[in-house]
Amino acid sequence: MSAGHGHRLYRPGDSPVHRLPPHCKLLALVGFVLATVSTPREVYWAFGAYAVLLVGVAVLARVPAGFLLRRMLVELPFVGFALLLPFVANGPDVQVLGLSVSRDGLLGAWNIMAKGTLGVVAGVLLAATTELRALLLGLQKLRMPPLLVQIMSFMLRYGGVITAEMGRMRIARESRGFVARDLRQTPAVAKSAGALFIRSYERGERVHLAMLSRGYTGTMPVILDTRATGAQWAAAAALPVAALVVWAGALTL
Amino acid sequence: MNGVPHVSEATGDAAPSLAVRGLAYAYPDGHQALYGVDLTIARGERVALLGPNGAGKTTLVLHLNGILTAGAGTVEVAGLPVAKEHLREIRRRVGIVFQDPDDQLFMPTVREDVAFGPANLGLRGAALEERVRHALARVDMAGFADRPPHHLSYGQRRRVAVATVLAMEPEILVLDEPSSNLDPASRRELAEVLRSLDVTVLMVTHDLPYALELCPRALVLAGGVVVADGGTRDLLLDRDLMAAHRLELPYGFDPSSVPA
Repeated sequence: MSAGHGHRLYRPGDSPVHRLPPHCKLLALVGFVLATVSTPREVYWAFGAYAVLLVGVAVLARVPAGFLLRRMLVELPFVGFALLLPFVANGPDVQVLGLSVSRDGLLGAWNIMAKGTLGVVAGVLLAATTELRALLLGLQKLRMPPLLVQIMSFMLRYGGVITAEMGRMRIARESRGFVARDLRQTPAVAKSAGALFIRSYERGERVHLAMLSRGYTGTMPVILDTRATGAQWAAAAALPVAALVVWAGALTL
Repeated sequence: MNGVPHVSEATGDAAPSLAVRGLAYAYPDGHQALYGVDLTIARGERVALLGPNGAGKTTLVLHLNGILTAGAGTVEVAGLPVAKEHLREIRRRVGIVFQDPDDQLFMPTVREDVAFGPANLGLRGAALEERVRHALARVDMAGFADRPPHHLSYGQRRRVAVATVLAMEPEILVLDEPSSNLDPASRRELAEVLRSLDVTVLMVTHDLPYALELCPRALVLAGGVVVADGGTRDLLLDRDLMAAHRLELPYGFDPSSVPA
């Protein structure tokens, strides 16, 4: 994870999608993903319709295609797995480009690719239009256990601090002639990692003291209360409702 | 003014901001850090707490808002004893600014961090927003509310750290090494902020010129007791006292040549 400088998934902007409250967007994402994953894999046109919906959101959010494509790279490992399926699955074979592959495997691969890609694009769109911090507020609003939200918000705050500390330790090592060439050098690196862990642990204790000193009693106070208007809920609902219509069509047609 | 109405209701204006009597403390591992500390700080005073490393300064500070509980003796803040039952009010009254601003600023943005304390006191909405705005204005950081703390300079972070406790409208501000790691310009800016505040200040420091600049009165803590209490200039000019407690002035610095 490349924590630290803001975060590169987010693309600052002031589009209608950016302005929606985070918890509305989160629920919209969940609704959309549920609709896509529960669509039968043989109804090919439905996935095309879902993709069109996402393109619509991307246009509305003014997220360029290149940006989306680059961030979709996280999906690659799954694509690799999906490409294997047609060759390893059992069942009747079909001919594709002169190769004999399993029909079930091919459908399975399509299933993973289509649903996975739609989910990743939807997730990337959410991250591109919502700051991480706002996302945490949204999760808090949606009753995510407060302890988990706190842990994540501390990761957000201290990821950069700890990375910087790690960088300083590396510079200190190398300034004294250390070069990590092969396995024999791992003990030094491992000791640094241990030292970093202890430093972070001690920082955690100092942060806790500072929190107690300002009246912390175990729960984070709600500081930025984001309320969604009916219109905002309706706007956010547009995507999952449209997906639901497609889903219903896919089941009945 | 600071607007701390319930202080005068509860205790009357006569109570000093801070009164420590016979405070002794030993850590759970048996190491005794404080051997009976006595000190009184009147409302509105700015006092420096000087002492060599290991003198017990940090231990003393952690008693002031009840993080550590005294083995013997008492601490009172504006007449209210530091005890379990009023911990919340004590922590409002005693604003501690820790040495490393990265420890103090733990929220994702400056605004949320400054709001953390008053929100714990139950403030919400417009009142909370006003508290935050006012506290940031007092440290000259009004335009930085939406920045993440790690994008600020060290001096700016230190001033925001001061704002986070000012937002709780404390009776006394306790600063742990406020000038550490600051460049001369940031040092001066912080000094201007501290001088402009209408609040009692206890400043724990090794930085003797800074103590002289900001605090008319100083205490020397050594070996877990207060060994000297007087005008800062007088203490700094007392060579024997200074030498006995490993307090050394920077090269070329002469306290008697500094204008009062």
